[in-house]
Amino acid sequence: MTEPLLAMTGITKSFPGVRALDDVAFAIGAGEIVGLLGENGAGKSTLVKILAGVHRADAGEIRYRGKRVSFASIPEAQAAGVTLIFQELNHCPNLSVLDNLFLGREIRRRGSPLLDYPAMRARANELLDHLGIHVDLDIDLRRLSVAVQQMIEIAKALLSDVKLLVMDEPTSSLSEKETERLFGVIRELKARGTAVIFISHKLGEVFAITERIVVLRDGRNAGEVDARTGTMPELITAMVGRELAASAPRRPTEPGPEILRVEGLSGPPHVEDVSFTLRKGEILGMAGLIGAGRTETARMLVGAGRRTRGRVLLDGKEVRIGSPRDALEHGIAYVPEDRKSQALILTMSVRENLTLAIHRLLLRFRIFLSRRKEVAITDEYIAALRIKISSRERRVSELSGGNQQKVVLAKWLATRPRILILDEPTRGIDVAVKAEVHRIISELAAQGVAILLISSELPEILALSDRVLVMDTGRVKRVLDNLGATQETIMSAALLASQTSESLS
Amino acid sequence: MRNVLGPVVRRRESAILLALIVIMAVIGTVEPNFIAGSNLYLLSRQISFVAIVALGELFVILHGGIDLSVGSIMALAGMVAGYCMKAGIDPSLAVLLGTGAGLAMGVINGALISFARIAPFIVTLGMLSFASGVVLGLTKGWPITEIPPSFLPVAQGSLLGVPIPVWITLVLAAIAHVVLTYTAFGRRTYAMGGNEQATFLSGINVRRIKFVLYMISAGCASIAGIILVARFNSAQADTGKGWELDAIAAVVIGGASLSGGAGSVLGVLIGACIMGVIKNGLVLMRVSSYWQTAIIGVIIVLAVVLDRAKRRDAP
Repeated sequence: MTEPLLAMTGITKSFPGVRALDDVAFAIGAGEIVGLLGENGAGKSTLVKILAGVHRADAGEIRYRGKRVSFASIPEAQAAGVTLIFQELNHCPNLSVLDNLFLGREIRRRGSPLLDYPAMRARANELLDHLGIHVDLDIDLRRLSVAVQQMIEIAKALLSDVKLLVMDEPTSSLSEKETERLFGVIRELKARGTAVIFISHKLGEVFAITERIVVLRDGRNAGEVDARTGTMPELITAMVGRELAASAPRRPTEPGPEILRVEGLSGPPHVEDVSFTLRKGEILGMAGLIGAGRTETARMLVGAGRRTRGRVLLDGKEVRIGSPRDALEHGIAYVPEDRKSQALILTMSVRENLTLAIHRLLLRFRIFLSRRKEVAITDEYIAALRIKISSRERRVSELSGGNQQKVVLAKWLATRPRILILDEPTRGIDVAVKAEVHRIISELAAQGVAILLISSELPEILALSDRVLVMDTGRVKRVLDNLGATQETIMSAALLASQTSESLS
Repeated sequence: MRNVLGPVVRRRESAILLALIVIMAVIGTVEPNFIAGSNLYLLSRQISFVAIVALGELFVILHGGIDLSVGSIMALAGMVAGYCMKAGIDPSLAVLLGTGAGLAMGVINGALISFARIAPFIVTLGMLSFASGVVLGLTKGWPITEIPPSFLPVAQGSLLGVPIPVWITLVLAAIAHVVLTYTAFGRRTYAMGGNEQATFLSGINVRRIKFVLYMISAGCASIAGIILVARFNSAQADTGKGWELDAIAAVVIGGASLSGGAGSVLGVLIGACIMGVIKNGLVLMRVSSYWQTAIIGVIIVLAVVLDRAKRRDAP
């Protein structure tokens, strides 16, 4: 047997207080696509960071192209053909697409420090055409959608002679259509002999794109699944070390009275004439591609986004919501999509985060916060949501993604909302916590909370929603009854929207 | 013991407190005059003026902003108070009028920053120039004298052997500590410095808080400026010149982050002491005043570098 492109053996790495990796082995051959899976904290990111030179292993050997290597930095790894695309995008939003593409590998005029823009432009056009990305090279990166930014990031990796590409959660902010496009690119890379390590929490995708899946659990190898013959339960068992009940579709509930009615909500360019209703105890799923205007609709609804037209009626009476504060006073809570940039104060403790939205319930003498009440409420939610932490005084920045997301949920649940808007509530968290979050959402609905669930994961929408609202380019395209909805009907509604522009509500 | 002192002396403050003690010990050894009672009396009074300005600056820095206009607001408040006293208005009323003038500048700062959404650096840089220009224009650069003797003890008097300005500083510091640690307003100020967007989405009126923060900063500067009138027996047009840098330095040496969300009242007090003690030590050791500013510059950067290094060790 010939030596694989990369073989890592006996990799061990400790951080203060935790053993992140313990005797881990991983190998990949040229032209192979291998999934790397595990729950949050299983050690996936640490492993690839050791490979790419971000961290140094305490013990173990890395053999790459037949030689023993130990990259000291990302540029050094890149020079050898190993490129990492991080979970968080690494680019300069203030620079143009072209500048970003060539950042760090600019083409210069011969014998001069000046940049050769015509050469870079030609090279960029060639590459982007090849990838099927149509974008103005001179536009600032920040003006593009996250999905397109992600594609640019991948294009940037391809500019160098990449032999091993590591993608850490590349699809977490992509729609299904965009994911398909990305998969096309990955298959093309494979054909060229590039090896791809694909890290994702979306198990369906991992089965679709990879050939085999290496599973890590608690910093150790926890088995390998053949992506062509293996099954989803098999994979989940390997990841969590026990079998999880498949997330069964929610049993339809008795619809309560209508409590929210949105009429003609508009705020160009993202939202055009959006109308829908929400009943007590109902879960209304909101599906659509990235950029369809779902988040903007939600933000407008809670007064965080500028709106030009439209009415919001609560219990049949029109209400004025000019800020998130007004929304909370009317019992509407919005849990934003990005927990780090929009939901958490990373410098603060779990207690301080959890109580941030309910100060008015904790006041003594009108200005002082009651520490006793704070502690009581925090402990109540830590127990109710099974947040795993050693102390309520831990900084949230030290928690795992799943626990952070639970703190975020708890923070808004503590406001005791009648209407809860969840924006991508399970993005980037592992399967076990995801199942818990789904259970919490179902329970809330059963208690009579009306829920608007924005999600890019169709299985999630289908498993939880009573009705599904499909948005495209700022408009409501269809409202489907969950009984008849399948992934295919939702996707076709979203994709074929231009043909069937009837909006049923 | 730990339990009693725990909330007061957190790890971060204890490190700079140790630094202060070491610095004092070194200076005291090299120059025994440093620990003479009369020197410590004057030194503590000198430190208190900067400390009051720095307390206000702390509030602004905690939310992630900055106030460069504190020095000229000091001059303006002092001038208005001095002018009123000279005109025969009762000193207590004159103090209120002077503070009111300073607060008016705070209102302008706050309104432009929180409602017109102009960057704090720009707004307060403009105010720095504007307020000092108003003072110079009105006084033509001449000091206002004939301050009534009844007002002078505010800066020159003492209680239990401790200068009055030190008492004022301690009272203000205690109030600031309670506000920042135990009230919803204080918690929200820290939250804004950590993540303003998340604070806004939590249903908190971030604009109103910002507005109030710049009022607090202007208010503290005004108080310091007015006490200085009693200290010098006159209102000087160039009072407070360059004090914004001393105030910001005290806050930063005290462990606050210029990006907001971290810092404490105790840290600011220790930071102001470190600055004052070093300046005083250099004077006693007859280091030329030209060199003193260079040394202070090194200390500011050194303090932040050490703080960074410490935070990297213990995340």
